[in-house]
Amino acid sequence: MDIPYAIEMLHITKRFPGIVANDDITLQLRKGEIHALLGENGAGKSTLMSVLFGLYQPEEGEIRKDGQVVSIKDPNDANALGIGMVHQHFKLVECFTVLDNIIMGVEPQKFGFLQKKEAREKVLALSERYGLHVDPDALVEDITVGMQQRTEILKMLYRDNDILIFDEPTAVLTPQEIDELMEIMRNLAAEGKSILFISHKLAEIMAVADRCTVLRKGKCIGTVNTAETTPEQLSAMMVGRNVNFHVSKGEAHPGEVVLSVENMSVQSRVHRNDAVKNVSLQVRRGEIVCIAGIDGNGQTEFVYGLTGLEPLSGGSISLCGKDITHASIRYRNTHGMSHIPEDRHKHGLVLDYTLEDNLVLQRYFEPEFTNGAGFLKRRNIRAYAERLIEQYDVRSGQGSVTTARSMSGGNQQKAIIAREIDKDPELLVAVQPTRGLDVGAIEYIHKQLVAQRDAGRAVLLVSLELDEVMDVPDRILVMYEGEIVGELDPRTTTQEELGLYMAGAKRDEVKA
Amino acid sequence: MRKLLSRSAVQSLIASLLCVLMGLFLGYVVLLFINPAGAWGAISAVMKNFLNYSRTNLQLKNLGNTLVKTAPLLMCALSVLFAYKAGLFNIGAAGQYVVGVCACLYAALNWGWSWLPCLLFAMLAGALWGSVPGLLLAYCNVNVVISGIMLNWIGLYGTNLLLASVKETTSPYTFHLSTNAPQAILPTAGLEKFFAGNTRVTIAIPLAILTAVIIALVLDKTRFGYELKATGNNKNAAKYCGMAEKRNIILTLFISGALAGAGAALLYLTDFEQWACTASSVPGMGFNGIAATFLGGLNPYGTILASYFVQHITSGGAFVDKTLYCSQISDLISSLIIYLCGFVLFIKTSITAGLRRSEEKERQRLAAAGKGGEEK
Amino acid sequence: MTLLVQYTLIFASVLMLVALGGCFAEHSGVINLGLEGIMVIGALGGALMMRYAPATLPPLVLVLLVLLAAAVMGTAYSALLGVACINFKADQTIVGTAMNMLGTAGATVLVKAINTAANPDDVSSTIQYIEPKKSFIHYIGSFEFNWFMVVAVIALIVAYVLLYKTRFGLRLMACGDHPQAADCVGINVYRMRWAGVLISGVFGGLGGICYILAGVSEWKFENGVAGFGFLALAVMIFGQWKPQRIALAALLFGLFRALSNVYIGFNFLVALNIPGTVYNMMPYIISLLVLAFTSKSSRAPKAEGIPYDKAVR
Repeated sequence: MDIPYAIEMLHITKRFPGIVANDDITLQLRKGEIHALLGENGAGKSTLMSVLFGLYQPEEGEIRKDGQVVSIKDPNDANALGIGMVHQHFKLVECFTVLDNIIMGVEPQKFGFLQKKEAREKVLALSERYGLHVDPDALVEDITVGMQQRTEILKMLYRDNDILIFDEPTAVLTPQEIDELMEIMRNLAAEGKSILFISHKLAEIMAVADRCTVLRKGKCIGTVNTAETTPEQLSAMMVGRNVNFHVSKGEAHPGEVVLSVENMSVQSRVHRNDAVKNVSLQVRRGEIVCIAGIDGNGQTEFVYGLTGLEPLSGGSISLCGKDITHASIRYRNTHGMSHIPEDRHKHGLVLDYTLEDNLVLQRYFEPEFTNGAGFLKRRNIRAYAERLIEQYDVRSGQGSVTTARSMSGGNQQKAIIAREIDKDPELLVAVQPTRGLDVGAIEYIHKQLVAQRDAGRAVLLVSLELDEVMDVPDRILVMYEGEIVGELDPRTTTQEELGLYMAGAKRDEVKA
Repeated sequence: MRKLLSRSAVQSLIASLLCVLMGLFLGYVVLLFINPAGAWGAISAVMKNFLNYSRTNLQLKNLGNTLVKTAPLLMCALSVLFAYKAGLFNIGAAGQYVVGVCACLYAALNWGWSWLPCLLFAMLAGALWGSVPGLLLAYCNVNVVISGIMLNWIGLYGTNLLLASVKETTSPYTFHLSTNAPQAILPTAGLEKFFAGNTRVTIAIPLAILTAVIIALVLDKTRFGYELKATGNNKNAAKYCGMAEKRNIILTLFISGALAGAGAALLYLTDFEQWACTASSVPGMGFNGIAATFLGGLNPYGTILASYFVQHITSGGAFVDKTLYCSQISDLISSLIIYLCGFVLFIKTSITAGLRRSEEKERQRLAAAGKGGEEK
Repeated sequence: MTLLVQYTLIFASVLMLVALGGCFAEHSGVINLGLEGIMVIGALGGALMMRYAPATLPPLVLVLLVLLAAAVMGTAYSALLGVACINFKADQTIVGTAMNMLGTAGATVLVKAINTAANPDDVSSTIQYIEPKKSFIHYIGSFEFNWFMVVAVIALIVAYVLLYKTRFGLRLMACGDHPQAADCVGINVYRMRWAGVLISGVFGGLGGICYILAGVSEWKFENGVAGFGFLALAVMIFGQWKPQRIALAALLFGLFRALSNVYIGFNFLVALNIPGTVYNMMPYIISLLVLAFTSKSSRAPKAEGIPYDKAVR
């Protein structure tokens, strides 16, 4: 082998109670290459990287740096070996400045006192050299996601790391920002840095990586040169079968308007300004409308405003012709609105309740489940839960008495979907319904959404996943900085065009 | 055996027993440190409580006295428990108890009300006092622990002020109900016969136990209990499915306050104690209630036993040798027990982890045995 | 008037010390509800030192020894919070509450035992320190200057510098806001949280001895410290976890507390004919009002109160 390896992870095995997260995995990173690590959610990518970064100790296997066996017990060891990582969820202290975040852990100091001046100079020099523009004195909570990511990269460069791990770095970026990031990664590799790039997006891997190692269910499937492979081949390696990426659905037949939003504004929780500005849209019976956009452009606040979790600062909402602008959450829930929430642990489930108690979360107060004296009708609850479990194929250890906490993410989500769909809503609001799920569960959920549409319901989907945005809906509305900036037809638009809208580079006057 | 250990109730019981044993042991160590000679005697005096008397008659009478004080303690514990199920730490139970004292004694002595209206009035006072932190939390996001403590002190000074109008001229204590307001004394319903004629033993005790049963029913079987526990487990989910979060917070603390207020009436309307208008600290009843709640494994029935235990050792404090120690050693032990209750979660997860490890081992052994079998 | 200023300053010193203690614990990510108990134990340490220190010591040495004793006892006691909440992930509210009860009960038991041992007829929980107290006080005209005012100012400066100018402060605050981020750059979160808790013990202990020396020459330990630990938490919240604002908040609360001691000196207040008890209630009522207006938009450290678990990321 003429090109030496910067890092080798040989026969790594890591077990957790009840699961082998990494089973005899070997990964070899050459000096100066961009090496992709591909796999579905739960394939063991993050565990493997956590082992490399010293967050976990493997049961078996060894790690070599420049041919020497090393032991990495904690992030300090990793750092000393020149290994740095940009985590999927940024590890930045929001109330600190960019500079403080960069120097944290390796602060220049005299007698314990911080010496920020030299640090600032070094940071400025680095950002100049690699084209990573940030304001070192800005507070992290005030800067964009892209800048936060650059801060994370600078954090690694400041420590003179030469092995850089990027954990799903594109999930929160616009297509244009993704291109910039690719460029930065190529620059870094050209300067001699070795890069590990974790992703489940084939196009990005094909575009930027030299080689690619594929994991599936904790096992290493193989390493290929990207120049000699195709996306189809990679995808087959990733999931073990050829998946139908396209959601099969028939022509939509939109009927009368179910949801009509007029000039809605919602105030931001963190800042004084509006997170949602003057949004108007309509959703009709028998269509799926998708709100696309980069994370943090007001989608969350829009949904909160729509479902009543946050008050509106302006505008009005009507559902099936009735004004619900000031209606309570309970009223909305019982008058035709169902909501599959963005965060199933935060909003969707009471994790310490049993599955059956979670399944009646939206109906426990109905006469079927509560008698006049306020006592719960336990028998009816059990019967109802068992019907839903059967019908929607929700799997759990002990059936309806399983605590929600002990169920898998996919089955938790299925339980929520069963609960919300079974309410027979006029409008189904589904916010990132496939987040963090594996391919099988994603397919299932997409089918359910299409089935709801075909049953004549109005579906409002909010999604960050480009594939989902392109495949599932009948209409796309793009949200940028709290405004709807474009309406696109998924059959005629391209990812590039979508990207321009998402990045705010292009906008129409839309009155959807 | 394993199945038994994996049950949550059994784990709670084990954890509570461990806390008690550890608490007594640490208390013993402290006593050893102060005066090694009498330590064992003091601990056993505390544990024996009424059994320190040799005559059955006196034993029964003093068992009665312990029970008389268990009733208010149980009510305070239920108050803490009820709020805790909704995720609220009602440290203000002590203050709600104090205003309950104020309300019932003021109504009895100044207005000559009879016992039932006095009891209801104390409940109302406690409930209103309890809903203040509820309102402050719901509308102003004020931490209930801090507002609860502030209200405890305000309640204490307010009570001292108001009850000064019904106190003896020569002492700081309020008038005896038996002489000034016999109509306000709780009926005994014949219960004194079981306790060697101790007339302080009243319907307060069965009432408190009945309350515990009702609380258990409300929490387990009703829609309100379902909402309350959902709010305690996941506030956001409760809001998401349309439960009236603010109303539930206020209502929970209202009920919680009513329980503590009623607890005060159940003690002071027996004329067992009088209020000292110079009191410079909030009575320990509310705080001991916290001990009983957690020691009872956050279960209403467990709380009945735990309340009795806490009161048993508190009353037992009176029997220690005063030349060596003081009666506060029982406070010391119960606060040690609360401290140890903080570790309950750790104990439970340790039991679960231990079970899992032994299961894993079992499985490996079985697997190994299976392999061995195949090879043959 | 001098008296009002004097009492305001001394109570403000107590509140500032204790609130700064709470501030350090919270910036590290631990809510210290046990400050009340820490104050009692710190006070106990200082009072015992005053009782047993030889009368021949120079005043300055005595002052330093008393401060040291209070700080050491407070720190040792705060370790109870550290063990339970950092290492065993216990509920911080339960543990804090237990520590408050334990502080008062433990101090009472100990002092009573000491008193009874010295004199079998003495079953009180009171320690007297009439003579030693004089070391802490200098008269400037009629103004009774107390060394604790200096201690509080020094504590304020130290707290400010430590939090905002040193590596330690940067790391500490990172642990309270985003412990995972701190862990990832190799900061030992458990150790920083321990540091935060122990520092809160130092400040809490000093606040405790300062409190019992404020107005009187003897202290009855059964009484605890009358909710001052919680008033200090209110001061901390009002001060938005920033030392300089905590100082101002402490002065405000100190003023209201001082009124209950000296309102008799003001003719117009006496003329209002309000019972003294009402003045006693004032600090608590004020703190409720202040909290009602400031809690809505609080900037508390984001991870406070959440036990850090290395395994959960």
